[in-house]
Amino acid sequence: MQHFLDFEGPIAELEGKIRELRHLSGESDLNIVEEVARLQSKTQLLLQQTYAKLTPWQLTQVARHPDRPHTLDYVGALIEDFQPLAGDRCFGEDHAMVGGLGRFRSRSVVVLGHEKGRETAERVRRNFGMARPEGYRKAVRLMRLADRFQLPIVSFVDTAGAYPGVGAEQRGQAEAIAQAIRTCLSVGTPIVSVIIGEGGSGGAVAIASADRVLMLENSVYSVISPEGCASILWRTNDQADAAAEALRLTAADMKNLGVADTVIPEPVGGAHRNPDPVLKSVGRHLETALTALEGKDPHTLVAARRKKYIDFRRI
Amino acid sequence: MSWLSDFIRPKLQAVVRRPAVPDLWTKCPGCDRMMFHKELEAQLQVCSACGHHLQMPVSARLKLLFDDGSYELMELPEVEEDPLRFRDRKRYSERLRLARADSDAADAIAVATGRIGARPCVTAVLDFGFMGGSMGMAVGEGLVRAAEFSKKHKQPLIAVTASGGARMQEGILSLMQLPRTVAAIEDAREAGCPYIVILTHPTTGGVTASFAMLGDVALAEPGALIGFAGPRVIESTVGETLPENFQRAEKVCELGMVDVVVPRSELKPTLVRVLAHLTNGPLPSPEDTGESSTAVAVIA
Repeated sequence: MQHFLDFEGPIAELEGKIRELRHLSGESDLNIVEEVARLQSKTQLLLQQTYAKLTPWQLTQVARHPDRPHTLDYVGALIEDFQPLAGDRCFGEDHAMVGGLGRFRSRSVVVLGHEKGRETAERVRRNFGMARPEGYRKAVRLMRLADRFQLPIVSFVDTAGAYPGVGAEQRGQAEAIAQAIRTCLSVGTPIVSVIIGEGGSGGAVAIASADRVLMLENSVYSVISPEGCASILWRTNDQADAAAEALRLTAADMKNLGVADTVIPEPVGGAHRNPDPVLKSVGRHLETALTALEGKDPHTLVAARRKKYIDFRRI
Repeated sequence: MSWLSDFIRPKLQAVVRRPAVPDLWTKCPGCDRMMFHKELEAQLQVCSACGHHLQMPVSARLKLLFDDGSYELMELPEVEEDPLRFRDRKRYSERLRLARADSDAADAIAVATGRIGARPCVTAVLDFGFMGGSMGMAVGEGLVRAAEFSKKHKQPLIAVTASGGARMQEGILSLMQLPRTVAAIEDAREAGCPYIVILTHPTTGGVTASFAMLGDVALAEPGALIGFAGPRVIESTVGETLPENFQRAEKVCELGMVDVVVPRSELKPTLVRVLAHLTNGPLPSPEDTGESSTAVAVIA
């Protein structure tokens, strides 16, 4: 069952018609090739028109689309001989934060990323991609591992935010995030982050304080969710669209503001409609970013990374 | 005289002006006792009946920490103002203007230098009274300047926190202050400077998720709320009921997240002791540090 977003109503209708026609043609001798082609080009045009002028709130929904490629899809497509690694060595294993060793284009790397999961049971197991302190401490552990063996770090960001639960608080959620940021800013090996869906606040920047930050065209990055912002500043939940607009959270905004280095284009209709070219394109951009950072000595890398953040938009 | 001076100006002044008579009496949030402002000041904003620690104005905090109450404020450079042109029900620029008219401060941070226990130190204090102590580019800049000063002059860096977290009206730019402040503080720490955090009520969100939880030593004031997500967020999004004393300094200390909960009257001597040990330096006698000041005597 394909998942359509609210604003995709007309597109869903057309695609439904196409399916119906195809179904019919199986049963009769009707020649529907022409009709299907006509509807398909109409759908394509409609997709183009719709996706050309998505509002920030609609973009947020695309970024959260359940069929969008997730971290493990990128790992599957881009990382060879992947060896997942588990646990923070203090408390537990957090399935919302995946990580491990693997080979990316003939070099070994440490991979980190939020994983939202896809089927219901899997989504629950992964806590919908919202990591607890264990997840961030595992990230710290893997980043240190990368530092020790001089392996580049690739992180995939896709989270609504760090989990705001009682247990997470009691085990030091804030400290875990702060340590993850500190570790990002202290490892003497290249770090490249790709924001593939939702970049939700502290839980995102915890693994995205990087040398290079790449963003998919339909991903978002924000200090607070539009819903959360609306409920605090507008004191109502139904102003999420206004909040999304005000927060300036799109990939294009991030590029303009200097937060993201590169915006990776997506096919018409978003990565969830056609994942393959997106997976490939992310691979190419990662390769470019990593190649540019390789061969620098650890001190230079750390100093440059810290300077980048300290001087961020300084007058 | 015109409508400009007769009508518009008084209206503007009414918005900008602070009340001529400040509230002389304050109700203790802990026990509802009414306290006279002079009494509260003398007792460092601590209720003499129940020991509740009220929020402390930035200037009083600096006076408390620095020897003889003497310090020099660092002039902080300007930062971009409202680059997102943020507007909710009110313009951010308007909120900033009102907050400034209310407080004399340019933003929610003050950075001061001086001596603490006879040792030159630099201190950054967040001002909860200014837009909830929220961290945007100005607060980030203050922290960075304090850390850079600390590194350059090899002085201990002290951060006193009170904040609701990142400032939403600066969007992603406020989120970037998390890595920004952490980077600056790491530079100072690696240069050998002790970094002490004093967590006061309340410290949450992006501030705890960055520089506030990274102190070499973390002191907390009694009853201070310390956490990542605020209690209401946790209740509403997760639907969990909160345990007793959840996120309160005493509980947070029991859970291992801070080193010690220190009553305000003990804060300065504790800080001086920690700094002396970390620098393997002399412990100054109380007379050297203005310890015998009236405020402390009253509490004792």
